[in-house]
Amino acid sequence: MTAPLTAAITLDHVSIRFGDFLAVDDASLQIAPGEFFSFLGPSGCGKTTLLRTISGFIEPTQGRVLLDGRDMQGIGPNKRPTALIFQNLALFPMMSVADNIAYGLRVRGLSRRARNARVDELLDLIALPDQGGKRVDELSGGQKQRVAIARALAVEPKVLLLDEPLSALDLKLRQHMRNELRAIQRRVGITFIYITHDQGEALTMSDRIAVMNRGVIEQVGDGRSIYEAPCTAFVASFVGENNAFIGKVMASDDGIAVVETPIGLLKGRNARGLIKGSEAVLFIRPDVLQPNPPSEHQWIGGRVSEMAYEGSLTHVAFNAGDTGQKITMTLGRTDAAAVPAIGAEAVIGYPVEDALVLPRESFGRD
Amino acid sequence: MHSSVGHSLILALPLVVIAAFFILSMLERRKLGSLAPVSFWRRNGIAISSYLVIAVGLWTVIMIVLPQLYMVDLSLRPKLTPAQTGGPRDVYTLENYHYFLYGSTTSSANWNTTHIKAFFLTIGASVLVTILNFVLCYPLAFYMAQVTTRARVRIFMLLLITPYWVNEVLRAFAFRVLLGSQGVINTLLLKTGVIDQPIDFLGLDVGLYAGLAYAYLLMMMFSLYNAIESLDRNQIEAARDLGAPWWYIHWSVVMPHAKPGIASGATLVFMLNAGALAAPLVLGGPRTLWFTPIVYDRFYQAFNWQQGAAYAFILLLACIVFVLLVLRLFRVGLGEIAR
Repeated sequence: MTAPLTAAITLDHVSIRFGDFLAVDDASLQIAPGEFFSFLGPSGCGKTTLLRTISGFIEPTQGRVLLDGRDMQGIGPNKRPTALIFQNLALFPMMSVADNIAYGLRVRGLSRRARNARVDELLDLIALPDQGGKRVDELSGGQKQRVAIARALAVEPKVLLLDEPLSALDLKLRQHMRNELRAIQRRVGITFIYITHDQGEALTMSDRIAVMNRGVIEQVGDGRSIYEAPCTAFVASFVGENNAFIGKVMASDDGIAVVETPIGLLKGRNARGLIKGSEAVLFIRPDVLQPNPPSEHQWIGGRVSEMAYEGSLTHVAFNAGDTGQKITMTLGRTDAAAVPAIGAEAVIGYPVEDALVLPRESFGRD
Repeated sequence: MHSSVGHSLILALPLVVIAAFFILSMLERRKLGSLAPVSFWRRNGIAISSYLVIAVGLWTVIMIVLPQLYMVDLSLRPKLTPAQTGGPRDVYTLENYHYFLYGSTTSSANWNTTHIKAFFLTIGASVLVTILNFVLCYPLAFYMAQVTTRARVRIFMLLLITPYWVNEVLRAFAFRVLLGSQGVINTLLLKTGVIDQPIDFLGLDVGLYAGLAYAYLLMMMFSLYNAIESLDRNQIEAARDLGAPWWYIHWSVVMPHAKPGIASGATLVFMLNAGALAAPLVLGGPRTLWFTPIVYDRFYQAFNWQQGAAYAFILLLACIVFVLLVLRLFRVGLGEIAR
């Protein structure tokens, strides 16, 4: 595979093995210059390993990493045009804010004047002007965060790698920093690669997302396609809330599959073209379910078991049939008003094409 | 001043200091009023509190303060026969310190070059050995603290500690056997034809420096290991990611972080070296007069305890001043060392 000139980063069949453990399994993808790209997955899925491979701390067991079309094999992290922001930021506590930011410049032998000019520029960028003389431990969590970004940007990397940098912040600050990060990325215009297990972060910030599970990149796409058209059962269950019903395809016709699930036969869109007899999982998002469905919808009978009112939305738990399998739905104000009281029998339903039938693979087996 | 005042002063001084501290704490509690934290006595109960106070107090006063004060007192007295004790000549004097400088209790005509030279040699050589220890220990400590696995660290620790089961005197003589002109190394070099005359390792003080460096290696080792171990590995990686070469990472990240450890290791090694007795006595070359054997000789050869005490104090004071200066130079607070 030759990388097109436009790719900032190319992973070419990258596998990483630690002893017997396959941390990354045959990852191949291309990331464009200026893209905000996220790796999303649960802990231990190999996303951090992949990030460390791109930054040069780990050499791939197989395959190649290319930056700007250049093979990075044998090139150490100190020689790569990447900068990494660590999960715990790893600011140097014995140095001032300015010295932290100037560290990479000092290494490159810039004069004091050039360093100071660049540090001032970066302090403006991160909205901490004139704070260069402070000690790192005098800063708040969000400020430290921004200093870490400035320190990494100071060396003018082509790619900025971020390893869950927001995980140490509280919820409010985290949401604020999402916007901030995105704004900084637009201003500096370089490629950001962002590692996270938080789908909210990935969906709101990224141009594209790669969803990883057990070392495998399961799907690459923009947020909308990942959420609305997941290709695998793992992606469907990991990104966003989903009701999952494991079963077997009984019939398939015209893009609609009938799946035999523990709560009966359910119809859904056969996105992957599964044939009769395949093991499958049928996914229904909580927001496509509604009470008192019209006749063309797929109906499910059962009892309302819980209701949680949250203002504009109401979360309803529903026990299907006599199996007791719990189904959650999220309803708007009008629909919520139509839900019978807790314990009452009810029928809910969903438009058939809004449910998704995907191959089961290893889903729900462990 | 007549010297009989001295002994009552020695006994009174610790009591006065303790009383002063007690009064200070009382005043502070009174100032804080109801905000004062639960008192030591109430928190621990009378029995435990009394035990702690008496144990620590006795330890400090009897084991540390009194003997040292007594030695100071001794160093300021002239050497007298029993008959003269308490007589008109039994007064405080600086003649023992005078002797160190001029080699005589009365005349100031000539410098006491032998002793002064030995003194500066001891200080200088201790500095050298301290630096040597640092150079030897730093790479190993870094490797143990940041690079290798936990299981390996345990093996290294064991390998480092077990040789110290051998006592200092035996070790010093073993070095003699190893480095003597008929020793293992010389025999080996002669037999293989590398040299045709035995090398006088002991005369060249190789044995002395090797023995000293070895004797207090662990002090440096553990101080450095502890300090480097607490460094977040991400900081090393961050520096590397920002383009720093390995030596600059050590200079700009690892060593500044380990500074308190380096300082405490260096202080310990320096103090212990300057005061070492066995190694200089056994391994010192014929031309090398170390200061500690001189002090020893004042006590047991010249049988002049007053002068010995003065000499020991000169060494102690010099070491303290030197260490404080060096700490000042590297901007390390005394409190940091204890971390």
